[in-house]
Amino acid sequence: MRHGQYRFIVGFLIVPLALYGVFVISPFIQAFYYSMTNWTGVSPEFEFIGLRNFENLMDDSLFLKALRNNAVLLAVMPVAVILLALTFAFLLNVGRQGSGGGVKGVRGSGFYKLAFFMPQVLAVPVIAVIWAVIFDPTPTGLVNSVMRRLGFGSSGWLADPDLALYCVLWVLVWGSVGFYLVLFNAAMSAIPRDIFEAALLDGAGRVTTFFRVTIPLLWDTIQTAWVYLAILALDVYALVAVMTAGPGGPDNSTQVISLQIAQNGFQFGRAGYASAIGVILFFVTLIIAAIMLRATRRERIEY
Amino acid sequence: MSTPNAYSRRLFLQRAMMASVAAAGGSALAGCASGGDESSDSGQGATKSAKNPFGVKASSPLDVVIFKGGYGDDYAKFHEELYKNSFRGAAIKHAGITDIRQQLQPRFNSGNPPDVIDNSGAEQLPLSTLADTGQLTDLTQLFEAESIDGGKIGDSLIPVALEAGEYGGKILVLNYALEVYGLWYNRALFDEKGWEPAETWDDFMALCKEIKSAGIAPMAHQGKYPYYIQQVMMDMAVKHGGKDVVNAIDSLEPNAWKHESVKMAAEALLEIKSKGYMLEGTEGLDHIQSQTRWNEGQAAFIPSGSWLENEQKEVAPEGFATTVAPTPLLDGATMPFQSTRVSAAEAFIVPSKAKNVAGGLEFLRIMLSKDGAAKFTELTAAPTVVKGAGDGLDLTPAAASASALVGAGGDENWNYYYFNWYSPMKPKVETAFGELAAGRITADEFCSAAQKAADETAADPQTQKRTRS
Repeated sequence: MRHGQYRFIVGFLIVPLALYGVFVISPFIQAFYYSMTNWTGVSPEFEFIGLRNFENLMDDSLFLKALRNNAVLLAVMPVAVILLALTFAFLLNVGRQGSGGGVKGVRGSGFYKLAFFMPQVLAVPVIAVIWAVIFDPTPTGLVNSVMRRLGFGSSGWLADPDLALYCVLWVLVWGSVGFYLVLFNAAMSAIPRDIFEAALLDGAGRVTTFFRVTIPLLWDTIQTAWVYLAILALDVYALVAVMTAGPGGPDNSTQVISLQIAQNGFQFGRAGYASAIGVILFFVTLIIAAIMLRATRRERIEY
Repeated sequence: MSTPNAYSRRLFLQRAMMASVAAAGGSALAGCASGGDESSDSGQGATKSAKNPFGVKASSPLDVVIFKGGYGDDYAKFHEELYKNSFRGAAIKHAGITDIRQQLQPRFNSGNPPDVIDNSGAEQLPLSTLADTGQLTDLTQLFEAESIDGGKIGDSLIPVALEAGEYGGKILVLNYALEVYGLWYNRALFDEKGWEPAETWDDFMALCKEIKSAGIAPMAHQGKYPYYIQQVMMDMAVKHGGKDVVNAIDSLEPNAWKHESVKMAAEALLEIKSKGYMLEGTEGLDHIQSQTRWNEGQAAFIPSGSWLENEQKEVAPEGFATTVAPTPLLDGATMPFQSTRVSAAEAFIVPSKAKNVAGGLEFLRIMLSKDGAAKFTELTAAPTVVKGAGDGLDLTPAAASASALVGAGGDENWNYYYFNWYSPMKPKVETAFGELAAGRITADEFCSAAQKAADETAADPQTQKRTRS
């Protein structure tokens, strides 16, 4: 029986593994190889130049600036999204005391879930275009009109080097909260209701319940969300490419690593150099994912 | 529940094994880019004659790829018909696409590029890279050849056409469409208000003041892409200091950007900004947003090229007369007011590894005939580099004013090339222009920032340096 089973499993896996090998593994390995060449991207001829691309990267002021901006996004975005999504999911699930002493979500929670999830349905470039229009820097722009009515005066938003990165950050958070809200909501629904009710009977308030009951029980999901969001914060290519001046501007204030890869690889004819940036991004992502998984490891609670 | 640790360890081992297998195959896989070295039948063989100077064989198929952007690709279909008339039975493969790079990069890498490419648009292949790696056919033989209308082809073209296609002493690119840059305004509005584009800086400032008092912003620009405002400043700098200013910049000479004329033009731009003559918030608008506001009459002038009228035809209100004016002259300018930046665009190339190089060259010869060029202007309302091919055609206000400016400027018209020659320098310089136009840096800081970008480019071993004089 065992013998036949293996043949069965191999038969099923051979096609997906072959596809994975050709379209995922082999490009990765090629990128590692190209990162040590001076390949232009449009020529069949190139030379092996060792680690020179990596040496040049260390002096590349634009790359270092991009690295710094990605670090800002990485530090702020995952935390902001998880906190917002958790808070909203908590309100939608157990925000209100039920009639029979139990717990329920706030009124209209179905509508809120839909409203929060909406950005997830839109393509990223669409989101970028919509927000670029909302952040219109002229006095008649949408945000500026509101700000002026509130007595704050108008601002350049994406045209202001001091604000542009935070505008991108805001759109990133706005676009991501919905998905994690639904994710946390699903995870919370899986927690037996009597645990919340028991906490309530023991006299725990809403805040205590949130920190002492909800978060520990959701830890696995939060951990996963954290890693995904970190990877997202290291990318943001589409948003920056469509929404910002230049793109990457003004004054390189929204320059990110992925944009540097695209510019070097496709506009400057330096595919080898771009591959080197890609390799660095690969290791940065890998290390950050590993650190996050390790740092947030806790004992699992089963129910 | 299964023990998670044992499970993940096994998974890890499996993955590690897979990775090593893949690594062993890596060198073979990496060979992807080196492609095949099939010897190409370059289409030679038929006897060369005055009517067939490149020896095209009718039996060789022709592979044409056209950038289907603002000019469409109907003109190329007409040229293909002309080609078929000359070479009965020739099979032509036509592709009108916008993602040139994505579609053609693999074909270049495998040594199987098309015979003719209109390498244009946002997704164009990096021309300087193709030129430096010897992947383009030398077009000198084309310009030396007899034109379909008689005479040498090179003599029938506007000089900027040849200059623009030159890489390392060889002409490798045929830039077909002529583009005229300047400050664009609505003639109807100016007639109504009794305004006239100013010739001197003082008059220009006075005009801006008058426009502003009429409740209109004197100038808007496409601030999200500093490339546009850059044209205005460069034009003022060159018209002040002469063509040597731009030759030095293009040649990456030390302190080229610190030239007195460049600094004066930078200060002029700052003056427009600091006196409140720029449309508020224009630094963050893209071309669509800013040009639409200009069409709505919120701003009087906007920098752009001769494609502007066509680009805005859906938005421009009835009676809007898109017209070009040259930039004003700074005090002590050495070049005439009626001269401007003129460039040749739509970069046609014949890859040297193409299967039918002769056919590709012949296709370009057909494009450069009077009939071929007139059809292009008729279909796109854009002039070509072929002298006089648009004569007698009924032109729009924009095309008529642009043609008049090209004629008036004559040999004084100029162009710069550092944007095409040194692609890594472009975003750095654009950033400096963007900061200057927003009034966030001084003229001196601008000159230093641009010079730093130029010096970095000059010191970069991966960049091929070029000179002009």
